[in-house]
Amino acid sequence: MHKYILKRLIYAVIIFFFVMLIIYALMRCLPTSYIETVARAKSQQPGSKSYEEWMAQLSAMYNMDKGILPGYIGWLGDFFRGNFGDSWFYTVPVIQRFHETIWLSFWMGLITMFFELIIAIPLGIVAATRQYSRADYVISIVALAGISLPTFFFASLLKLVFSVKLGWFDLFGLVGRNYEQLTAWGKFMDKADHLVLPIVTLVVISVGSLMRYTRTNMLEVLNADYIRTARAKGLNERKVIYHHAFRNTLIPLVTIVGGSLPGLFSGALITETLYSIPGIGYASYHAMVSGDIPFSMFYLAFLAILTLLGNLISDILYAVVDPRVRIA
Amino acid sequence: MSDSMKNVKPNDRPPMRMQNVPGTVSRRHAEKITKESVKNSSASSTPQGDGEQQYSLNDDRRVKVLSPGAMVAKRFFRNRIAVAGLVILAFMFLFSFLGGILTPYKEDQQFYRTDYQNKEYAGVVRNVDFRFASAEGQKLDTVIQAQVVLATQKGSDSFSYRGTEYQLIQEGEDFYRVATADGTTLGIAYKDVVSSSVEGQTLPYEVQYGILKAYTNGEDSFEVGGKSYTIDEDGGIFADGAELAFISRYVVQPILPDIFLSRAFKEELVATLEDGGEEFMFTDPNGEAHEYTIRYRADVKNWSVLQETATRVYDTYASPSRTHWLGTDRNGMDMLTRLMYGGRVSLVIGFIVEIISTVLGIIMGGLAGYFGKWVDNLIMRIVDIFYCIPSMPIIIILGAAMDAMSVDPQIRMIYLMLILGFLGWPGMARLIRGQILSLREQEFMTATEACGISVSRRIFKHLIPNVIPQIIVSVSMGIGGTIITESTLSFLGLGVKFPFASWGNIINDVNNTFVLTTYWFIWIPAGTLLLLTVLAFNLVGDGLRDAFDPKMKR
Repeated sequence: MHKYILKRLIYAVIIFFFVMLIIYALMRCLPTSYIETVARAKSQQPGSKSYEEWMAQLSAMYNMDKGILPGYIGWLGDFFRGNFGDSWFYTVPVIQRFHETIWLSFWMGLITMFFELIIAIPLGIVAATRQYSRADYVISIVALAGISLPTFFFASLLKLVFSVKLGWFDLFGLVGRNYEQLTAWGKFMDKADHLVLPIVTLVVISVGSLMRYTRTNMLEVLNADYIRTARAKGLNERKVIYHHAFRNTLIPLVTIVGGSLPGLFSGALITETLYSIPGIGYASYHAMVSGDIPFSMFYLAFLAILTLLGNLISDILYAVVDPRVRIA
Repeated sequence: MSDSMKNVKPNDRPPMRMQNVPGTVSRRHAEKITKESVKNSSASSTPQGDGEQQYSLNDDRRVKVLSPGAMVAKRFFRNRIAVAGLVILAFMFLFSFLGGILTPYKEDQQFYRTDYQNKEYAGVVRNVDFRFASAEGQKLDTVIQAQVVLATQKGSDSFSYRGTEYQLIQEGEDFYRVATADGTTLGIAYKDVVSSSVEGQTLPYEVQYGILKAYTNGEDSFEVGGKSYTIDEDGGIFADGAELAFISRYVVQPILPDIFLSRAFKEELVATLEDGGEEFMFTDPNGEAHEYTIRYRADVKNWSVLQETATRVYDTYASPSRTHWLGTDRNGMDMLTRLMYGGRVSLVIGFIVEIISTVLGIIMGGLAGYFGKWVDNLIMRIVDIFYCIPSMPIIIILGAAMDAMSVDPQIRMIYLMLILGFLGWPGMARLIRGQILSLREQEFMTATEACGISVSRRIFKHLIPNVIPQIIVSVSMGIGGTIITESTLSFLGLGVKFPFASWGNIINDVNNTFVLTTYWFIWIPAGTLLLLTVLAFNLVGDGLRDAFDPKMKR
């Protein structure tokens, strides 16, 4: 087992190297407008160096003067030493901005996942146990509709109904207008209030796929020989489903949920942007759109690590949870 | 047969969560499909006897043989939800491709409307201060003017200033003549204003005095210098039948210096004012009728007259009407037409992206699956790397970069398709590799080898056709996902750009909260079409998967 994990880790590091090489090369090919803008501004100050000199100095400062491969090695060395550089857009160290935003995204993701699980799993099981019933059709179509719903359209609908027509929530932002005057509890409730719509959006958009996944796996288990045996020996249906079938359905569920745990940190890029929630997704959206290379590189590397970690966790969990899987 | 014995659909579309780390789920997904492959390849034509008695037992016509394709079609059309999806898709294609031809408008045709705007035209003041005019050859300077005002307020008929005595002779209501003690007239003080009816003409002092004297005393005619003048009830002064001047307590001045206000206009205005009215119509000598609105401004104690003028503007955010069934958008373009062309763009992008990634995926997956060993290893490692690239952020960064380089919208659309297609192939490659890995071990592949068929023929003639069901299902669901991605990008302003329409960039307008709250017809139809299309692709994909499955019982 340890050997397997070690092997997978080394493998993940190699993949990470190449993923970031591709991303770095891509970033270097973009027009480096930020550096040019700064250099232009600085060269126009009285008694300043020429534009070319500033350009050279700034490029050297940001490791942009070397070729792609040496520049990449330099970036990678900095990254692993924990030196992530300063964000151009936010003009603070990248890691500071990261700390400011990541926890909000994490809590949002966690709450979303909680609701997703308590909605998707029971409904998926109901759909599977009553296959081809009316409930199954309704659940399947609702799940598909959730998958098919564009985030921005659903968010706009929610805003129209709950913010504009009913006036229950604010349209944008994390805190209300009189946030500073509130007590500690009031501040907490204010933030919670502003997070309702984003979380509803996230849950509705993402619940469908988990529901379908539960249904499919449950159906597969219900078709297995041991379920037929359980029925044949006269167990009541409740026991067959919740004792024999559901436990086996948990195997793929645990792996998929475990695998998506790192994803809690990745932030909801689109949803956070739509609701102006200052999480990591919102922060990196603005950094990316304004060509902030250090922050974008950090965020992309972070996402790549989360993906690799998720794959690793789900593979390990698969082996741990399912005794039939033997790892060589 | 109990419920649980019925067919199982062993795989599911990998959850398309753009916000989460991509790729965590899909690995398992690909493995699932591998298991299923054996069943599909053995899907042969099952003879279905319908027991028609007139043929002998060994007559071929006794058995109705359905081709595998017909079986799939039969199973598909039995699934009502999938058929509903197909109907929606057919409608969307007709709407987008045929609708674009039938609509009388062009994609970027702008419409105009005449907008009536109230512009400041004239200002009206009711004169409450004395105005002064000096007699010919005399000078009524401002210090004396001030003394006159003081004296009238006190009600005295004389005043002295710097040892000189002046006398104030009341000639009419609010009309005084100022003279020195010896009787020399210096000038006049009055409140009713005499303005000339003829452009550029000034009235001599004597005439002005005569008009004022007659008007303030309520007389309707007078004589000055042997010439007789008449005053009508509206304050018009006529000499020899021709209009000369106009007297009124109200001072009407145009806002723009090059406008001359005719007496008829002023009369109409004053008449409305005195009646307490707020609006009047006036037709100027050129025959142009305008509507005027009078507004009292309490802070400066005057009236301003607003003229309603017609201007041609873009017909933006027009409500649905007979000419524009869904109204017009922020650029004054017909919404329904934009939706049709937007549908074209969204559907075409969905298809092209999916074709690119499918072709790439078939080639790479086919090679990996057929050759195995190091080829498989290499290609699968490349797939792993591509899986790990966070696609949404990359597309956003590239979109922003294209913004910075101001790429032409048409070229940009092509880039967008290439990028999306190129980021999408690893999933397809994995799917096909898994299928082929198991297929190539089967007897029919040994037979092809024994027959000496070339490698490329073996892959593309014998292996790939067996994977086509999986490809079709994956493509039909993939198009839905691509359309969502494309519309999200267009919504963020990083995808398809104006002047091209896309369902995403049509909805983009809701970023303006006023549009969100007021103009439902701008974004609800586009969003609904988008949702329906993606849903239909998913339904059809789902239905096809069930139909391709030979164990499917319903």
